[in-house]
Amino acid sequence: MPVIEIAGKPINVNEEGFLTKYDEWDEEIAKVLAAQIEIEMTEAHWNIIKFLRADFKTQGETATARRVQSVGGVPVKEQFVLFPKKPAKKMAYIAGLPKPKGCV
Amino acid sequence: MKRLVVLGGGTAGTMVVNKLRKKLKDEEWSITVIDKDNDHIYQPGLLLLPFGVYRPEELVKKRAHFFPRGVKFIQSAIDKIVPESNHVLLAGGQIIEYDQLVIATGTSPRPDQTPGMDDPAIWRKSVFDFFTLEGSTALRDALTAWSGGRLVIHITEMPIKCPVAPLEFAFLADAFFEERKMRDDVEIIYVTPLEGAFTKPTASKRLGTMLEDRNIKLEPDFMVDHIDPEAKTLVSMDEREVPFDLLVTIPLNMGDDLIARSGMGNDLNYVPVDKETFLSKSYSNVFVLGDASDIPASKAGSVAHFAIELFTENFVDYVEGRTMKHRFDGHANCFIESGHGKGLLIDFNYTTEPLTGKFPIPVIGPLPLLKESRLNHMGKLAFRWIYWNMLIKGRRIPIPALMSMAGKHQVTTK
Repeated sequence: MPVIEIAGKPINVNEEGFLTKYDEWDEEIAKVLAAQIEIEMTEAHWNIIKFLRADFKTQGETATARRVQSVGGVPVKEQFVLFPKKPAKKMAYIAGLPKPKGCV
Repeated sequence: MKRLVVLGGGTAGTMVVNKLRKKLKDEEWSITVIDKDNDHIYQPGLLLLPFGVYRPEELVKKRAHFFPRGVKFIQSAIDKIVPESNHVLLAGGQIIEYDQLVIATGTSPRPDQTPGMDDPAIWRKSVFDFFTLEGSTALRDALTAWSGGRLVIHITEMPIKCPVAPLEFAFLADAFFEERKMRDDVEIIYVTPLEGAFTKPTASKRLGTMLEDRNIKLEPDFMVDHIDPEAKTLVSMDEREVPFDLLVTIPLNMGDDLIARSGMGNDLNYVPVDKETFLSKSYSNVFVLGDASDIPASKAGSVAHFAIELFTENFVDYVEGRTMKHRFDGHANCFIESGHGKGLLIDFNYTTEPLTGKFPIPVIGPLPLLKESRLNHMGKLAFRWIYWNMLIKGRRIPIPALMSMAGKHQVTTK
């Protein structure tokens, strides 16, 4: 697995660029990751990212779009507005979490 | 006398009572299985029924016929499980107590969860599901009578029962219309919430090419918001629109509502378990088998089969206070029909994606993996006999429960 430098820090990522170590994430890194996928972070964006971080800590896995709606309180439709085209994947990327296991 | 109660007499429930009745002494354990009806449906057949391969009556047998002697069958709807007091409450108010509970209540299509989908103006008239006997039969009639137009094949949200089934449906529809000399009158569009044709990279690429070869258009990253019944259009969360003349949809799949009534499920009514042993994360005398659990594996009979092979031995150890020895790896093994009498075979688990190569089966010989062949199609047809006569009766099938790398070509990473 590659180690890259983000915001001046060495960070472990997988082949798709998702962070692999929960504790290496911070808000500075999130801003860089967001910029890479052309997302401008607003308060609404941060709310979701913070929910995902906290939820991962208790659940041990990345919340799905459905869970961000039912537990996090942000309708899926709004997630699509905030993180266009692929909200689940983009939210996880910025939050420094694994892609949600959609499916197998 | 200890009491084992199994909820659900489908593929997983039937297999597990057959296996456990042999392992548990009659004088030590009673086994009771509860299901709301007495019809066991051969679900893999529901994919082929719309194309005239099977008749509906060929796919249904009485559940009771498959329970061994020494297993009590109660036919009743279930109100809820009360895990704190170790009992199940039946719809009629009767209380069934247990020492160990196995939940095998499966997953079902829920068209009511997408606005517009089950609108009476379109439901089973121009919008069809095929994982119910009624839906599959109605779709057969519609396909036979259809004169052509836009056929849209659609997945609402993952996870779904048998994740390859909608792709198979697309391949079979292409072949069906070609054989009827009307393929030029049919436009086929495959609409999925995934990024590509399938979930895993190697298979997704191979299956994506197969869609292209058949002139089936892929509409990826499509999360449906609602269906407009008047305009006959799928509308996505980001306001893309896909019009259809005939829609074959996989509605949202959810675990049984009884799981929600019992307060034991996640958002989709699946019960959280340890993915290697199927033991409930909340109750130490509750296991969940088959599609009803939240394990990150395919919701498919093959997964239930491999899982139960390991579970049976684990259960005997567990109830006698020993450590469970086996750890499930998420092994799945699926035939994928590709049309014109051919099929593919895929074999994978939690960590290894489906790869190309050969799959060794004693006697029958090596089957090609992730590659079309007539042999794989024959395998799929032969499976109906194996299912009724061996699989659900708990007889051993010579395929190992844990995945093996034998014969597989590994993908080299740069």
